[in-house]
Amino acid sequence: MSDVAHEEHVHESTGVETRKLAMWVFLSSEFMFFGALITNYLLFKGRVGYTAPYPAEIFDIPFTSVSSFVLLMSSLTMVLADHAIHRDDQRSTRTWLIATALLGMVFLAGQAYEFTTFVVDEGMKISTNPAASAFFTLTGFHGTHVLVGVIMLLTLVGISFRKGRLSTATGLNLENVALYWHFVDIIWIVIFTVVYLIK
Amino acid sequence: MATPASPASTIFRRPRQTSGWMSWITTVDHKKIGIMYGYSAFIFFILGGLEALILRLQLAGPDGTVLDAAEYNAMFTMHGTTMVFLFVMPVGAAFFNYLLPLMIGARDVAFPRMNALSFWIFIFGGIFLYSSFLFGTTGPPSGGNLPGGATDASWLGSTINGGWFMYQPNAGPRFSTGTVLDYGAIGLQILGLASLISAVNFIATILNMRAKGMKLLRMPVFIWMTLVVAFLLLFSLPIIAVALFMVTFDRQLGTLFFDTFQGGDAVLWQHLFWLFGHPEVYILILPAMGIVSETLPVFSRKPLFGYPAVVFAGAAIGFLGFGVWAHHMFSSGITPVAQAAFGLATMTIAVPTGIKIFNWLGTMWMGKIKFTTPMLFSLGFVALFVIGGLSGVTHSIVPADWQQTDTYYIVAHFHYVLFGGAIFGIFAGLYYWFPKLTGRMMSEKLGKLHFWLMFIGMNLTFGPMHWLGLQGMVRRTWKYPAEYNFGTWNMVVTVGAFIIASSILVFMLNWTKSKRRGVEAGMDPWDARTIEWSIPNPTPEWNFGVNPDVHSLDDWWHRKYDEDEDGRPVRRPDADSTIAQFHDQGVNPPAPIHLPTPSYFPFFAGASFLAVGYGVIYHTRGWGLPLLIFGVVLLLSSLIGWSLEPLEEEHEEVHA
Repeated sequence: MSDVAHEEHVHESTGVETRKLAMWVFLSSEFMFFGALITNYLLFKGRVGYTAPYPAEIFDIPFTSVSSFVLLMSSLTMVLADHAIHRDDQRSTRTWLIATALLGMVFLAGQAYEFTTFVVDEGMKISTNPAASAFFTLTGFHGTHVLVGVIMLLTLVGISFRKGRLSTATGLNLENVALYWHFVDIIWIVIFTVVYLIK
Repeated sequence: MATPASPASTIFRRPRQTSGWMSWITTVDHKKIGIMYGYSAFIFFILGGLEALILRLQLAGPDGTVLDAAEYNAMFTMHGTTMVFLFVMPVGAAFFNYLLPLMIGARDVAFPRMNALSFWIFIFGGIFLYSSFLFGTTGPPSGGNLPGGATDASWLGSTINGGWFMYQPNAGPRFSTGTVLDYGAIGLQILGLASLISAVNFIATILNMRAKGMKLLRMPVFIWMTLVVAFLLLFSLPIIAVALFMVTFDRQLGTLFFDTFQGGDAVLWQHLFWLFGHPEVYILILPAMGIVSETLPVFSRKPLFGYPAVVFAGAAIGFLGFGVWAHHMFSSGITPVAQAAFGLATMTIAVPTGIKIFNWLGTMWMGKIKFTTPMLFSLGFVALFVIGGLSGVTHSIVPADWQQTDTYYIVAHFHYVLFGGAIFGIFAGLYYWFPKLTGRMMSEKLGKLHFWLMFIGMNLTFGPMHWLGLQGMVRRTWKYPAEYNFGTWNMVVTVGAFIIASSILVFMLNWTKSKRRGVEAGMDPWDARTIEWSIPNPTPEWNFGVNPDVHSLDDWWHRKYDEDEDGRPVRRPDADSTIAQFHDQGVNPPAPIHLPTPSYFPFFAGASFLAVGYGVIYHTRGWGLPLLIFGVVLLLSSLIGWSLEPLEEEHEEVHA
């Protein structure tokens, strides 16, 4: 993901490592992206009088609470992986990375199940009404972000098996993936609260 | 010159070519990328200009017969889209790329491969947009007929045709049945991604890669404006990305975001578009403001008047730029409170802009002005931008704006700021930094001819549009009847457009001639102020032979000049030997220098977006979905291959 053009005179004017700075900058842009998507949903959720059902009528809050908990736990395992690599404990780093990726995949499976029940059992497709369009677009993009995160985590796991160790010097490094992963989790907390819980 | 580092284990060997086409495809050198940005943007400038000339031929007299309505729609849409997304933005990126590391004293940008990726995504996005001429279909327009009852427009009309802002629901699936607007939505999405990546890159570079002593308030104004533009891109592009995804989903997946028959919201599109679109106009103009903030002090032989004020005004324009979007929507039925608020905010934004204008005037006041070509273009910028800015403030008065909306008055306004502003600034920069690129000077004689032709042509073209608009000539009209008496001024406008075209020919002649046979520039031909002139011309591959150590604003100037007690510059006795010393260490670096190694992956990752784009549009056909999957796999494997490229091999030693 990155390559730094300077080496012998590595000095960062801000004191923040350049790749990490870039990740922060990128994530600030992502906040606008999800901000627009969430606003969309809020705008459309009150528009009733078109084809039912509407997302708010068919949310399965207990189920989504469980999958939200799973995603939150993946942040914990991510922290543990980050902690392990700072101790240079390659074995537990790998273990916690795999755990994080697995939790992410469980969340994605939950989302796939949720979408399927909505579409097949409840008859709410992306084209049923604007609120449904906004709901599927928002949660779908979040799911895509989780998927990208899982791919990056698995790539890290792959590197760690192939090379026997993860170094912080590779372009795709654990700290940046962790930042991204936590961001995706935080956004989910907002989505879960604003979209699912607030009536 | 370059000796390979020891090869490390990796999937592919990294490319090593230093010349030939392969070196350009795999390059990660910010200078080469900047030059590629510049040339490709200029090609799009020619295309966008030809489209404008066709429009002007159609409107030269009443009841024009050059184009039919569908072709006219396509031509004005392509003209606007090309000029905004494929010329002014990438040419800004060209300047940023080439100059940013040189002006902050860095070896390259923070992420050279990401920089190459931005460029390749931009190129393939542009090719994708323009391929709609070949592959796009329009279908019959709703409630209208094409000539002869045709079901599709001619090839000239078969390209994106919904206006550069693609208003909904007109550009939705209900009213635009063909594929051309899919090309529009997906093409802009691809181009936006390119800009987003470069924004992240430039911000990281400016914040983190500055040379020793290059504090934030010692950075050239051009770098400050680059930073502001990068932040504007960073926060506005995700909004248009969401909006374009919504259009694409409406058209491809049957979502109902903008389908007003089923609860969709047409005004939401306008909000989202202009939330991006207004910062976008500052994205277009701020680079030019940065350029003239460099050229005016050099040719007035005075420091920039009120440097901190210019910097803060630029940042203020950036902030306020996010709070004025609804002044594009005064006639869309937003509430009176919103109209008053956005009207006031729009007036406010004139304040920082005015600060800049007065600072530029203050810079020239009592200066020893040298009327070189770049200076003429900078002066043209200031004059024309003031006209365009003032007509812009008139839009903040809501009732007046209702009269002006969608008339040629608006067209006149934004061409004064974008052509008179942005493009004059860009040409000022091209003439000013040409020696940096080539080591030669551009011809002053041809340059001045270019300036005067363009200045006169520009005013003939866009000046009369003010009164045509106030007389009631509506925008985007493909013809007008003779009894409206628009004919005379429209003829003047068309003549002006061809004068502009001739001035561009003069420029091209000047560029190609001077590149080969121009006068040798030597070191520091303009007696300039900023550190990019402290290195030889053309820029050596390694930029700086010795990492610069910056002591003040306008560091290079202060190495050459002291001030007498009245504040007038006095050339230091050792100035010539300083210049000679910098030349020597620039040509013969005292220590070996490491440069980033080229890479194949940015090119392939960029190319994958072509497959993704066509795959999405044609996913219902048998070959569409496989193409889409191929594109995604190519993208992912390029990115993974990229992230596995060992950084140790990243750096290649260059021995001078």
